[in-house]
Amino acid sequence: MFEFLQYEFMQRAFIAAVLVSVACGAVGTYVVIKRIVSLSGAISHAAFGGVGLGYFLGVNPVLAAIPFSILAAISMGAVREKVKISQDTAIGILWSVGMALGILFINLKSGFAPDLFSYLFGSIITVSNSDLYIMLILDIIILLIVLLFRNEFIGVSFDEEFSQVVGLHTTFINMLLLALIALSIVVLIKVVGVILLIALLAIPAAIAKQYTYNIRKLMILSTILGVILTTLGLVLSFIFNLSSGATIVLVMAAAFLLSYYIQD
Amino acid sequence: MTNAVEIGNVSFTFLEQTVLEDVSLTIEEKDFIAIIGPNGGGKSTLLKIILGLLKPDKGEVKVFGRKPQNARDLVGYLPQYTHFDPDFPINVYQTVLMGRYHGLLKKYTSEDERMVLQALKDVDMLDYQDRQISRLSGGQMQRVLIARALARQPKLLLMDEPMASIDPEMQDAFYKLTSRLKNKMAMILVSHDVGTVSMHVDKIACLNRRLFYHGPAEEAGDGLEKIYHCSIDLISHGVPHRMLRKH
Repeated sequence: MFEFLQYEFMQRAFIAAVLVSVACGAVGTYVVIKRIVSLSGAISHAAFGGVGLGYFLGVNPVLAAIPFSILAAISMGAVREKVKISQDTAIGILWSVGMALGILFINLKSGFAPDLFSYLFGSIITVSNSDLYIMLILDIIILLIVLLFRNEFIGVSFDEEFSQVVGLHTTFINMLLLALIALSIVVLIKVVGVILLIALLAIPAAIAKQYTYNIRKLMILSTILGVILTTLGLVLSFIFNLSSGATIVLVMAAAFLLSYYIQD
Repeated sequence: MTNAVEIGNVSFTFLEQTVLEDVSLTIEEKDFIAIIGPNGGGKSTLLKIILGLLKPDKGEVKVFGRKPQNARDLVGYLPQYTHFDPDFPINVYQTVLMGRYHGLLKKYTSEDERMVLQALKDVDMLDYQDRQISRLSGGQMQRVLIARALARQPKLLLMDEPMASIDPEMQDAFYKLTSRLKNKMAMILVSHDVGTVSMHVDKIACLNRRLFYHGPAEEAGDGLEKIYHCSIDLISHGVPHRMLRKH
């Protein structure tokens, strides 16, 4: 039954499942409670521009996606501060512009990108050792920032106006949170791809939120749920020879529905 | 003695609309004043200018002799509570603790903890400190938000439409609380309803883009008549005149 554990690529895939779940738990919690799921979705699609840039420059696309997605996050943050453009419109624009840039970059590099699909829809079994190192380092950075700025993040998520009144630098903290979302998106790219990854940020936290009102417990519970559901999706995709990213997303969606009905 | 708030000839324009025009207003220490005016009359804008959240286009604002942004350790704020996600994963204690925020990377101390518990006691919500905010009634939530403002030990308390979110029977409890706080700090309350408010506050300012009247509530007879004339179609409900005579 567990013969698949002998494969090195499967071992790497399991490590990847744990690493993505940490990012999902820590950052996905804020994505859900601050209600910025679609904004995060826009950043994730925009990150594809970075993937394309990586191809174009001949560097690891995951690495190239780091500055690119942070830039996308910060420009989203800048738009939020301006009242004249609606956030909804900005989300739509950023979403497609990022993807369009990615496609053009790939075009410029003689057109053919063999593993392009894995960045769009994810492919947890093609995660390399260097990908794992990048994910690990990003996870550590994410956890440090979440820990250091927890009071600030809770403040801007709950009541931005009051936070500002008590002297919290809400603009900076909002930017930092968006940058953090950008980093966790990079962690997730290889596993589920830019198109599907918003499900991993949103669903584990959305399930966990039904069972606890404590933010720390919410993060831990979403991380555990992330590990279980990602692993389950991975195993199912291996057994039935299905696309891993899509299988993981559907397993999570099924778990969400289930938890919703149990809760009712 | 420094005044709590000094507003001098303040004008504010938003999206080419004049929201405030040449408003001057002085609020002394331990004043309890209601800023009354119609919706869209600039009350909340004035509050946000005092809080330093908005900058006036013209004029000057001083809070305890400082710029509003530099006086934040002296100011408590009770926002309108409509902009909350009631389902937010936070309990009463943590909500009030936000009032004690000191700055980036600074931890909350045992002193902060004491202040939070004291503030919760002041609003009779100590027994609810572990409760998640979605399980509070409107009146309870408002008391928690007042505690959050009080936890800062403010010298000036700003309240934006505190009556809008609570049941009529909760209003008595609210005014009992404000009368207890009266000797400790200056309080500014914003309301679109002149009726019951004017019986409880010391002073009234009538604001509709411009300041029509500012003075003691009980001596407001003729003055109020004048405001009432000025803005008779704007403040159409309540019977401020009679209420004030009774006072």
